[in-house]
Parts: sequence; structure tokens; C-alpha cells
Amino acid sequence: MAEATAEYKVIGTRPIRPDGADKVTGRAVYGGDMRLTGMLHGKVLRSPHAHARIKSINTAKAEALPGVKTVITVKDFPVAEDRMANLGEMAVNVKLLSNNVMAADKVLYKGHAVAAVAATNAHIAEEALGLIEVEYEVLPPVLDVLDAMKDEAPLLHETMTTTELGQKTDKRSNIANHMRFLLGDPAQGFREADVVIEREFDTATVHQGYIEPHNATALWNEDGHLYIWTSTQGAFVVQRQAAEILGLPVSQVSVTPCEIGGGFGGKISVYLEPVAAVLSRKAGRPVKIIMSRIEEFEATGPTPASHIKVKMGAKKDGRLVAAEASLMYEAGAFPGSPVGAGCMCIFSPYAIPNMQVDGYDVVVNKPKTAAYRAPGATNAAFASETVVDELAEKLGMDPLEIRRLNGAKEGDRRVDGPTFPRIGYLETVHAALEHEHYATPLTGPHRGRGVASGFWFNVGFQSTVVINVNADGTVSLVEGSTDIGGTRASIAMQAAETLGIPYEDVRPTVVGTDGIGFTDVTGGSRTTFATGYAAHEAALDVLRQMQERLARRWDGEMEKEFEGQAERATVRITPDDVTYANGVFKCAKDAGKSMTFKEVTAQMARMGGPITGRATSQPRGVGGAFATHIVDVEVDPDTGKVTILRYTAVQDAGRAIHPSYVEGQIQGGVVQGIGWALNEEFVYNDNGNMVNSSFLDYRMPTTLDLPMIETILVEVPNPGHPYGVRGVGEVPIVPPVAALANAIYRATGKRMTQSPMSPGYVLSKLME
Amino acid sequence: MPKIHVQTRINGEDIDFLCESRQSLLEVLRDDLGLTGTKEGCSNGNCGACSVLLDGVLVDSCLVLAVETAGREVATIEGLATPSQLHPLQQKFLEHAALQCGICTPGFIMAAKALLAQNPKPTEHEVRYWLAGNLCRCTGYDKIVRAVLDAAAVMEKA
Amino acid sequence: MAIVFIPAMLQPLTGGVSQVRVAGRTIRTIINNLEERFPGVKERLLQDGDLRPDIAIAVDGEMGLDGLAEQVGENSEVHFIPPISGG
Repeated sequence: MAEATAEYKVIGTRPIRPDGADKVTGRAVYGGDMRLTGMLHGKVLRSPHAHARIKSINTAKAEALPGVKTVITVKDFPVAEDRMANLGEMAVNVKLLSNNVMAADKVLYKGHAVAAVAATNAHIAEEALGLIEVEYEVLPPVLDVLDAMKDEAPLLHETMTTTELGQKTDKRSNIANHMRFLLGDPAQGFREADVVIEREFDTATVHQGYIEPHNATALWNEDGHLYIWTSTQGAFVVQRQAAEILGLPVSQVSVTPCEIGGGFGGKISVYLEPVAAVLSRKAGRPVKIIMSRIEEFEATGPTPASHIKVKMGAKKDGRLVAAEASLMYEAGAFPGSPVGAGCMCIFSPYAIPNMQVDGYDVVVNKPKTAAYRAPGATNAAFASETVVDELAEKLGMDPLEIRRLNGAKEGDRRVDGPTFPRIGYLETVHAALEHEHYATPLTGPHRGRGVASGFWFNVGFQSTVVINVNADGTVSLVEGSTDIGGTRASIAMQAAETLGIPYEDVRPTVVGTDGIGFTDVTGGSRTTFATGYAAHEAALDVLRQMQERLARRWDGEMEKEFEGQAERATVRITPDDVTYANGVFKCAKDAGKSMTFKEVTAQMARMGGPITGRATSQPRGVGGAFATHIVDVEVDPDTGKVTILRYTAVQDAGRAIHPSYVEGQIQGGVVQGIGWALNEEFVYNDNGNMVNSSFLDYRMPTTLDLPMIETILVEVPNPGHPYGVRGVGEVPIVPPVAALANAIYRATGKRMTQSPMSPGYVLSKLME
Repeated sequence: MPKIHVQTRINGEDIDFLCESRQSLLEVLRDDLGLTGTKEGCSNGNCGACSVLLDGVLVDSCLVLAVETAGREVATIEGLATPSQLHPLQQKFLEHAALQCGICTPGFIMAAKALLAQNPKPTEHEVRYWLAGNLCRCTGYDKIVRAVLDAAAVMEKA
Repeated sequence: MAIVFIPAMLQPLTGGVSQVRVAGRTIRTIINNLEERFPGVKERLLQDGDLRPDIAIAVDGEMGLDGLAEQVGENSEVHFIPPISGG
């Protein structure tokens, strides 16, 4: 393992990303840019009803439209088995996944796919959709988590029963799962508390909002092999999910990841790929499908709306002694919300001896939820960080001081049980306390400052990297992590550092399932950590092979020097005698022998042949991530509009490989959190139709809504990674909603218990 | 649907194509002319990913019918760099890491180009105002604004 | 012997016991030994001879990567928690 020293040659610099020229010239190929000979355009027919039984589907008129090559329904898919399969980041139920891709007997949300068409152009395909006749028996929809939990609520899945505290029951219900975590004795803890605050919160459904819509191009070849090109966070996930749904061996499915225009967790599970594949099989031609923006809102995977109760108790001196929470998350049409993660994150910034957290995974007639950057944690932090703020106020304590007093550190226990390893939470609090932003008074009417903290686990998971050495001393690095935010650069930088060669000499390429070993998704804050780890190990493998070859050569040279002498047998050169530093290999037993990296590569052909380093990684020592944010706002008392005056985000980033991209991750996550806090929500009418399914009315932040976002990187190197890397991508989205709620409170005197805190809601609170 | 013959100029070159009257300029650029640098994000004029210049005016190409370009000048991202050099805006976007996934980047660069043609020394606020029609979900805009201000300074000196 | 933390949801099977020392150098052995002391626990942790898909193991704070074969040290802490992914 490379020692983490203070001086690095490449790590910590800010080189231009290798795919830069392609991206700023528009040359980079995203999924929607795909073009194949004979390609058809596909469109999906989607349910207009939030909850209905499908009585019949008649596709005859659509099939007869000139230009239409084929029409499919669920009948064209293999019957899905009701079993778990380990696909993607987590285990998935194949039947539920398949039913979401194409409805079977029921539609469970407006937008649920019921049929699909492939035609010579997209316009004809869209006309054909209008000719497909579907007979529905409309059922009453259930659109709210609390309504769905009632005994008398309409059931989405007739056979689904509640798993109650780990045990399957016979109770038919929309509550898929009720889980509980317990530490210590909360009842006793609350009895000892001097101050107790209890609050309830509601958060609305929000979407990842990536600018590039989902897309998939499939070619089901005459030889039975399926090729898929798609914008995805993980080609191998697509490969496995498609293979399961379509009943194919994994080796028959080749997935090429195109460049991807944003994912944030929403481009992991498949939606279009199996549909495009089946259309291609029936039409005998490649088929490309691109979602419209309305389909993105209605038929992909937003994050859960939720209802959360939090109760926290503290002693007069500010020590937190007890905490309880109840998290009710909307899973959407199929079970599997990230309520578990929400439960495990909610109180994690603090060392609290007595905690109980209950989580409910509840189905409703909305699209099945998917991961969205630290899934489950933002909803939870909104609730808990508001209550911590209120406790601080009641105790007359500075809100950062109460966090400093109770902040979690190595050895403290989470509610789900494990203790923390070396973490950097307190460092973020200290940095916030000492920052000039916090020291600068905020003056003026209707202005307030809020702070909040957040936690996210980060994951490790699996990556494979291969490094092929060129004769001129440059290398080609092959990896399978789609580059959403600059990871080609951060991975190449780690390989360059380990190899002791310039960054420009490493050429990284992202390839698909045919080109590299299994690699998990670009997500979970894992890419620079885990794929970088594999790159480092592959680089060590290259160096090891060079040491072996040099040992053989130098040992052979010794042969000539000692010819005829008895001492020869005692002086052998082994790989351990070959050292490498600063680009030069030296022989420990003979100072006269040395060779540079480039000299070795130039002679590869005569020194053992091609050199390819490889490594797979499934690293432990992932380390969690913490953030503490400070925001200043001004609230317009006449309109309820919140203007952000200043924002500072402090985060423990481990070691920043490429600081610009670390800053970018923080700024991007903060702004998504700001949108979540101030404007974004899915608005539904009583029929379960989303009425704001466009970027005009699903209001994400623009340049005009924001100031510059200051980022402070606190680097507490992660002992689990050779360069101290800690995942950074997700935790930035966790604190902003709460930070803004706390700021708005200080500006208005009203506590916010609902998100988004859009102008209408803020105004209604001001007028209470 | 019968096709219409359109003659226009794209990135300084005379181009002609056949299209249906219902096809947007965005669709024709991407699907018929192979100019896929202009991106589709929403197709109803709200995200700016499809930004191009039409007779020097910044437009969302998803809101322009292809037939409307007859006899006019279209500028797309493909026309910015020279064979030997990136445009200063492109170069500054890279230096400032003003892109993460890159899907909004062509649109932002075209919008920034239009801004700087009209206002070579914009303030931060003016940059933010002008670019408010372009959505980015990855960067939080901070580095984009810095890149545009830096490019403006470089272009001013030149 | 390792210290096994019984998740709240399984404590009804252990009569409320929340922590117990269990012998075993792998998770498989530990679960078997746990079952002997608290019958019914195994069925809640395993499915088709392997860990249930909605259960992950943490040993000394690190997520287990080897399933039932995950090694456990002399004084290790063992936790059963929901698996975590990301976005």
C-alpha cells in the first residue's frame, strides 16, 4: 500500500479531464446520439390512470399504421418469477422489476407502461400509440402515505402482506415493511431530559432532475445476442437486470455505456432497455427509445414523499440524552423505499445513548421510487436537524455549539448498532464555527442564518481495472465506471501517482460489459474511492511485473560478471532487490544498475513481452461522510419568496484527488438540496395525475436563484484507502433542506415543518 | 406527410435538407443532419440544452420549426472550435471544471457566446440573468459563471 | 467470543436480550450457535441457506463481504443491519 505522504506529484492538482474536448465540442456520444443502420424509433404507451385493472389491449389498428414495424405488450415478455436476484447495488425482486418495466394485470401509477411501438420515425410511433385500444377498470387510487397506511385503504397489491419487525405476517396492507432500531432505553432517557421537543414533518416527492432523459438502443441480433447502448450509471446492472427480465444468459447480453447526462441514482434500474430489446427482437431491427420529459416525471423513479415524527430530549447543559423517530416513506407502486437508510442516518451526527427509530415502507399509486443522492437521508435530516435547532434555541445554545458538544466521533454507536471508525464530523463543525461566514453578523430585516449537519454512509462495492503499458511509457487504463462527474480524471490521477508517471501519460477509457470485469455502478459515492483503489492496485501490479523482469535481466547480467567465480551462487537478484521511486528502478545489490520507467517499457518485447496490470477491488474501510452547512437567507414578507444571500458547505472529503471535481460535487449536491427545500415537488390532482410534469412548473434552481457556493474541504484522510479518499458525492444533499428551514425560522419566527418551503407555504406560515 | 426542401446556412456552410413541417430544428439537426452536439433535455423550451443561434439570436431549437430556418443562419456548438483550437469559452469551461456530466454544456456555451457578443464585459449578475434559461443539475452553476466571466476577460484582451 | 448485537426486531426471540457473547470464527457458525441458544433466530436471518437479501452483516463496523463465510475475531462486534446502497 502506498504510504499517504504529504507530497504528491499528481494528486491534489487540477488537470483538464481527458474527455473534456469531446464534451465542450458536442462530440461526445450520449445515448440519445446513438445511430445504427436500419434503426427504428420506439415509444411507450402509458396508463392514464393511477390505479386500474387492465381488461384488454387491442393493438391491431396500431400495427396497421404505415411505418409501424411492431407493437408489444407484456405478453411478449417472459413470465416474471417471484424471486430475489442480486442485481445492481441491492437485491431486487425480479417480478416487481419486470412488472414496473411493463405492466402485467394492473397499472399502479399514471405513466405505468402498458405497451410499446417501434416505427420508422418517432412521430409515427407516437401516432401509433393513440391507436392502441386499452380497456381499463379504474380503481380508487391511494396517493398519500398516511392514507395508504390506514386499514380501509385500497390495496395496490392484493397478496402483499406486512413484514412486521422482521416477521412476515398475514396482514394484507400497503405497508410492505415496518422496521425498528433500538439503542439503550429511550423511555428512561426522556425521563432524564430537561427539555424535550417533538415535531412532525412532511416532505413532497422530488425528482433527480437530470437534464438528459432516459434512453436505450437495443439490437437483438439474428444470432440471439442482445446488444444494448444506454446512458446508465452501471452497464453491468443493466446487463444483469435485462438478462433476468428477458430470460437470457448474462453472456448473451452486451451493454455499452454511452456518456451519461446526469443520474444521481435515477439511472440505475432499467426502464427502457428490456422494452427496446423486445421491440428489436420482434422487428428484426435496432430500436432506440428516448423518454420525453413528461415520461421522466411520470414514469421513472423519484424519491419518496414522507411523513416523519421526531422527538429529542436534552439536559440543561446541552447533552442529548434521548431521541425517537418514526419515518413513513412512500415507496411508490412497488415496495423498496430507502426508509432503512433514512432510519440509520437520522441521528448519526450525534452520540446519543438512547434512541429508537421506526421505519415504514409504504406503497402508493405513484411511480416506484428510486435512489436519489444519499437516498432517504435528506428527508430524515430535514426533520432531525430542525429539532436539534429548536433544542439549541430552547437551551439558549448556539446551534453549532450543541453539535460540537454532541458530535459523533470514532467509537460512538449508531442506532443500527455499529460504531464509527475514524470520521471527520467534528472537524466540519469546528471549521464551520471558525469560518468567516459564521463570524460575520447578518443584519437587515427578514434575514436569518441557519445551520444543519448531515451524514451518509458511502459504499465500496466492486470494481475492475486493467492497465496496458505502451512501449513509449504511456499507459492505457481500462475501467467500467461511467464518467458522470470527472472520474476518468480522478481515477487516472491515482494510477499516475502510483506509477510515478505524468497524468498526461495515462489514457483512461470507459468500456462496457464486454471490455472489463464486473464493476458496480457510478453512484453511492464509490467511484473515485473503489475504482481508484482498483486503479492503484493495477498500477502496483504493473510495477511488480516490471520488478520481476528487471530482476531476471539483472540477475542474468550478474551471470556474465561472475563467470567462473564461486561467489556467484550467493549473489542472486530477486524482485525484492529491485526498488522503484521517482520514476527509476534501482538494484539494491548493485548501485550501477538502474532503469527508468520509460526505458523498461521501451524494451518490453525483449524483456518478457507485453505488460498488463490488473486488479479487482471490493474495498473495506469505506468510511462515512459528514457535512455541516451554513446559509443566510432573506424572506420577502409579501410573497414568501426566500432569497439565498450566502451559502457555505463544509465537508470531510478524506483527501481530494482532483479538488475541482470535489468542489463540484459539493456545489451540485447543495443546489439540488436548495431546489428540494424551496420549490421542487410533484403536485398531484385527486386522480393521481401529476399536474406539473415539466421543467417550467417543476421548478429547479437556475443561475438567477443562487449566489456562488463556497466549499470548505476538511481533509481527514480515510485510513481505508491508499490515498485517503473518502466518498464525497452524496452527503452534500443531506443538510440543505434543514439548513434553509432553520434560516427561514430565524428570519420569520416560524418553524417550517413541510418541504418544499415554497413561497405559498412560507406565506401561509407568515399569515398564521 | 410530404417533405419540404429547406435551404439554409449552418455554421457558415450552405446546407439543404428535406423535412416534414412538424419537425423541430432540434430534431433535424440531430436526426437528419448528424449534428448531435445540440442536446435534447425537455423539448418544450424550459431547459436550454438545445440552445443555438438563429441569425445571431439565442433560441431553443426545440421551439423552432426546421422550415423556419430557410434563408437564415444557424450557429451550433459544432461551429465554435477551429481545427487547431478550442474557443475561449470551451477552454475556460474545461479549466474551471464547469461541467460534470456535460449534457448542458453545449447549450450553456452557445448561450454564453450570445451574451458576450451583446455584452463583452458582463457583471456576475448579468451573466446569471442571461444564463437563467439554461438548466444545469450537476454543477450548481458556480463554476459555470466563473468560466464565463474568465472567458469574457480573455476575449476582451484579444 | 464475539459479541453479537441482537437487532431490536429479533429481541422478542431472545427474551429482550440485546447483546450476547457467541463462539464462532465465521458468521455461519455464530448464527448456528445463536440458534441453539435462541431457537427461531436462524430462520429470521437466513433464506435458502444464505443470508436473507434484506440483511447485511457488519463486523467491527465494516460491512461484511463474504456472506456467511465472513470471518469474525475474538472480540469482534457483529451487527445485522439493512444493506445500504446509494444514488
